Amino acid sequence: MGNTSSMLTQYDIEEVQQHCNNAFSQQEIVSLYERFCQLDRNGGGFVSGEEFLSVPEFAVNPLSQRLLRMLDGLNFKEFVAFLSAFSPRATVQQKIEFIFKVYDSDGNGKVTVNDMLDVLHDLTGQFISEQQREQVLTKVLEEAGYNKESLLVMSDFVKILGSSGLKMEVEVPVD
Amino acid sequence: MSSGKGGELIPSSSELDLDRPNIEDYLPSGSSIHKPVGKLRLCNLLDISPTLTEAAGAIVDDSFTRCFKSNPPEPWNWNVYLFPLWWCGVVIRYLILFPVRVIVLTVGWIIFLSCFIPVHLLLKGHDKLQKNMERALVELICSFFVASWTGVINYHGPRPSMRPKQVFVANHTSMIDFIILEQMSSFAVIMQKHPGWVGLLQSTILESVGCIWFNRSEAKDRETVTKKLREHSQGVDNNPLLIFPEGTCVNNQYSVMFKKGAFELGCTICPIAIKYNKIFVDAFWNSRKQSFTMHLLQLMTSWAVVCDVWYLEPQNLRPDETPIEFAERVRDIISVRAGLKKVPWDGYLKYSRPSPKHRERKQQSFAESVLRRLEEK
Repeated sequence: MGNTSSMLTQYDIEEVQQHCNNAFSQQEIVSLYERFCQLDRNGGGFVSGEEFLSVPEFAVNPLSQRLLRMLDGLNFKEFVAFLSAFSPRATVQQKIEFIFKVYDSDGNGKVTVNDMLDVLHDLTGQFISEQQREQVLTKVLEEAGYNKESLLVMSDFVKILGSSGLKMEVEVPVD
Repeated sequence: MSSGKGGELIPSSSELDLDRPNIEDYLPSGSSIHKPVGKLRLCNLLDISPTLTEAAGAIVDDSFTRCFKSNPPEPWNWNVYLFPLWWCGVVIRYLILFPVRVIVLTVGWIIFLSCFIPVHLLLKGHDKLQKNMERALVELICSFFVASWTGVINYHGPRPSMRPKQVFVANHTSMIDFIILEQMSSFAVIMQKHPGWVGLLQSTILESVGCIWFNRSEAKDRETVTKKLREHSQGVDNNPLLIFPEGTCVNNQYSVMFKKGAFELGCTICPIAIKYNKIFVDAFWNSRKQSFTMHLLQLMTSWAVVCDVWYLEPQNLRPDETPIEFAERVRDIISVRAGLKKVPWDGYLKYSRPSPKHRERKQQSFAESVLRRLEEK
């Protein structure tokens, strides 16, 4: 591969750092760039869905297809911004926003019961029937004060998840 | 499970899942599925953070890609005093050593071909003599190859003896592994059929030491190959088989899972561990980055290829062991000796996607915990 950090100037690093709101240190950004280049095998400047799926640990993840929709075609700056929710420096609010975006597949700022059923389906596969999924979801929704027609917005997610001690961190290896 | 089909070289996805060791044992702790307790609430269902964290962790760094990453030796020419010294080295390597080595190799080929072709054509009737001469000649040309990159090889352990029902297995870093081992004692090897000049070599010269070809992409291939392996290992006069159970080249710092095909032949397994010293050159052949020709040229323009070869104690299948457990045990022996880290991935994932069974296992675990917590009050 050669000396990849020479392809990233100090100016580039600072621009990326700003774009992700300083979620990562400059060293971490250099490491992430090496990783990005490693994944981007055809050198197109973005990592395609196929290239992500060639990482077996990612391909076996139940939410990989959902994440691929968010990851496909991202350039390096956007890639770092995507990962910024997993930085230890990210706030709980930012993490919840990320989770919200995973649910809100059409990006209209509202999460429907169907969105929640879809994610539950991804996570449980064929091991819970569709009927059981609806039953379970309706039950916990009603206990939390919502119903089958509810549309959840960001503030609802903050209310539901904010107090549960969200642990969502990834360490960027820096050599 | 697999006894009906007589084993396979490339495990089908169903067999892979029934017998493979538990991946969760290898993944970093904390990433194995959360074991929540208590009544199921909305926040538990909506909180997908553990799964997301695993995905992000895999995006940032994963053990499979690490196995195939080239790690060239650290450059040391980075200051005013060392740079000229390094430049002198480059001149010597490219303008003196390289031509000398090419000459040595050419001479070697001339000697080899002028002996091999007559032996091959004239000694057709005298099988035993022909075989012995061809073996000796192949060992010779391998020695020439090794000399052409100034191979400094330390062999440890007793030289392998030619006995029937014995199969040798080694970790795989580059095709030169075969050349290094072949120069000491004649092996028959099983290889992926390559295109180009390598393929030509394979079908002419290597045939004489009894090599077996396979084609990764052909499904029906597996059964024919297993049959050939079995036949070869039973034959008294055949060269002992050398198998690289990883199935692909790995970067000599990690080892991927061993395929069980070699361990089901009912033979004694003699493990060989190969460790390259990266001091002058990285011997890992990254087939994604270089063709074999470029790889050889890189070796021929470096100072030397330094490596250690350990012939380890022969192992047999224990009565209470499955072939997969046997394969893992031998992998452990080789990895410890050669200082390799073990990863739970199948090398063929380089070419294909993982089986859906892994994802299903995670889904099943999560589904069960949801249903269980639903019952709790």
